[in-house]
Amino acid sequence: MAAAAAKHTWRIAPLGDRCLIVEFGQEIDAETNLRARAVAAHLLAHPIPGVVDVVPAFTTVALHYRPECFADDPAAAPFERLAARLEEILTRGVGRRPPPARRMEIPVCYGGEHGPDLPDLARAHDLAAEEVIAIHCASPHVVHMLGFAPGHPYIAGLDRRLAMPRRATPRLKVPAGSVAVAGSQSTIYSLETPGGWNLIGRTPLRLFLPERDPPCLLQPGDEVRFVAIPAKEFASLREAAWKPAR
Amino acid sequence: MEAGAMTIEVIKPGLLTTVQDLGRFGYQRFGVVAGGVMDEWAHRLANLMVGNDADAATLEVTLQGPSLRFGATALIALCGAEFAARVDRTALPHGRPVLVRSGAVLDFRALERGCRAYLAVRGGIRVPPVMGSRSTYIRAALGGVEGRALRKGDALPIAPHAPGWFPALEAALRAGDAPCASVRWSAGDSAAGAGAHPVRVIAGPQWELFSQEARALFLGTEFRVSVNSDRMGYRLSGATIKPRRAAEMISEAVAFGTIQVPPDGNPIILMADRQTTGGYPKIAQVAAVDLPRLAQTRPLEPVRFALATPGEAQREYLAREAELALVRESVDLRRRG
Repeated sequence: MAAAAAKHTWRIAPLGDRCLIVEFGQEIDAETNLRARAVAAHLLAHPIPGVVDVVPAFTTVALHYRPECFADDPAAAPFERLAARLEEILTRGVGRRPPPARRMEIPVCYGGEHGPDLPDLARAHDLAAEEVIAIHCASPHVVHMLGFAPGHPYIAGLDRRLAMPRRATPRLKVPAGSVAVAGSQSTIYSLETPGGWNLIGRTPLRLFLPERDPPCLLQPGDEVRFVAIPAKEFASLREAAWKPAR
Repeated sequence: MEAGAMTIEVIKPGLLTTVQDLGRFGYQRFGVVAGGVMDEWAHRLANLMVGNDADAATLEVTLQGPSLRFGATALIALCGAEFAARVDRTALPHGRPVLVRSGAVLDFRALERGCRAYLAVRGGIRVPPVMGSRSTYIRAALGGVEGRALRKGDALPIAPHAPGWFPALEAALRAGDAPCASVRWSAGDSAAGAGAHPVRVIAGPQWELFSQEARALFLGTEFRVSVNSDRMGYRLSGATIKPRRAAEMISEAVAFGTIQVPPDGNPIILMADRQTTGGYPKIAQVAAVDLPRLAQTRPLEPVRFALATPGEAQREYLAREAELALVRESVDLRRRG
C-alpha cells in the first residue's frame, strides 16, 4: 500500500531559506523509514559541499545548507540549485539499503519506582505486569529516528497489545534512562526532560555520550532488544555507565 | 599575576552571559541541538571588526551585562544590543574595534537598545570545543564554560594580542595611559528589534493546512513576544491560529526560525536552541536575514509578519553576505592605513 507507492517517489520542499525537506511518504512504516535512512546514509557518505546537516526522520530527510554555497547561477535561487542536485541524485538512485543494522541489547529494570506507569498500562490491556514485560522484551524493535533531545530514540515495533496514548498531563521531569511507550512506539529518555509518555522501566545505560563520536548509544536503523534486569543489577550497571569519564 | 595573564576574569556575570559561536552542526541527526548565537549578524560583525573568522566564539550578553577584567591587552568589539558600557572610566564606543589595556575592567551598564550584545575578542574565546563547537547549550550542559552561563570568578582563555595587527590603535594606547583606544568610525551595525518593520516569513510546509482566514489572521495580527520566551523559542500571543483540522503530524526536522502552531493556537518561533525535530504544524519560516531583528526583540515587544517567497528571502540573504564582505574589506583597509 503506502509502502509500495513510497518506494520510488519523493517530494522536495523548502523549509525556509536555509533548509529543505525531502519526503518519501506520509505514513510511518518500515519501508518509508528505510528509504529515508538509505538516502541520509548516501548523503553522509557523499557529502554535498555547503550542506551542514543531514537529518533523517520517520518519513523525511532534511538538509540544512548555506545558501551562499549554491549561488553560482544568478538565474536560479540556491534552493532550486540544491533541489535540482538532489533530484539528480535520487533519480540516479542511492541503493536500497542503508548500512547493516546493529543489534543492541538494552537492559531495563521494569516497574516499581523506575516504571510508575507499568500498572496502569497492564490494567488498560487486562494483562499482568509480568506479561507486559515479557511482550516488550520479546518484540523486535527498530530505531526509526533520533530527536526531541540529544541521543533520544524513537523506536518502532511496539506490540499492538501494549499500545497506549500519551498521558493527559505530561510529567515536568522524567529521569534520564526512563523507558516509555506511547502510540505504537517506545522511547528511552536520554536526558532528564519533561515528558508525556508512559514510563514502564528504566535502563542504567547512558544514551547521550557527548565525549564519543557518534555521541549517542543508539542510531537510526539499530535493532533493539530490551532485556529485563533486577533492581540490584540496575544499580551496579548504572554506577559503571555513569562514572565520570575524566 | 601569571595565572590571569591570558584570560578574561568574570567579576560579575550579568543575567545570562554565554560563550557562543555559529552553532554545532553535523550532529543534528543525533538529536544534538545546533544552538549558537541568536543574532548571527551582530556576532559576525563583531568578529570581523577584530579580524576573526565568523565562527570564532564571542560572548552573548543578554539584557543585563557583566563586568570583565582583561588579563592581557586585547582587541575587542561590541556589536548588537546597545549598552552603556565603560572600560574603567572611559565610555566604550559601540560597533568598532577597541584595544583594551591589560588589567582594565569592562563594565556593562544600562541597556539602551535591543536585547543581546556580542563581545568579540581577537583570537576568540578559547574554551575547548565540544562536537566541533564552543557554543553553550545549557539544557544538556554542553560547550562554553562547563556547559553553563558565566559565573563570578570564571576565567575565559583568550589569545594575547599580537602587535602589528592594528598599528594605529597600538600607537594610540602606547601614547597615553588611557584604559583603551578606539577608532572614530563604526560600520554596519544594527540592534533594531522586530517592532519597526514586519518580519518576513516564507510559507511553511503546512501553510495549506490553515484556512484563508487563519492565514490572514496570522499575517494581519500584531503579536507580542511572551515573557516565557528564551533562546529555545519565542512564544507569541495576540491571536489563536487554528489549522482546518487537528492534523496528526509526523515529526520531522525544524530549523532556526520555524514557526510552529501547537494545539492551543499560539504560534511559537523556534530560535537558536530549538530541538532538532518537531511534530506541530509549521505554518511559516522566518527569513534568515530577519532573525537578527527577532533576536533583538525583548519580551512583551510587538512582532508582525509579512509573506515573502523563498527566492526573495534568498536574494536578501545573499545581499547581506555581500554587505558583510564589504564591511570586512573596509575594516581591513582602515586597520592597515
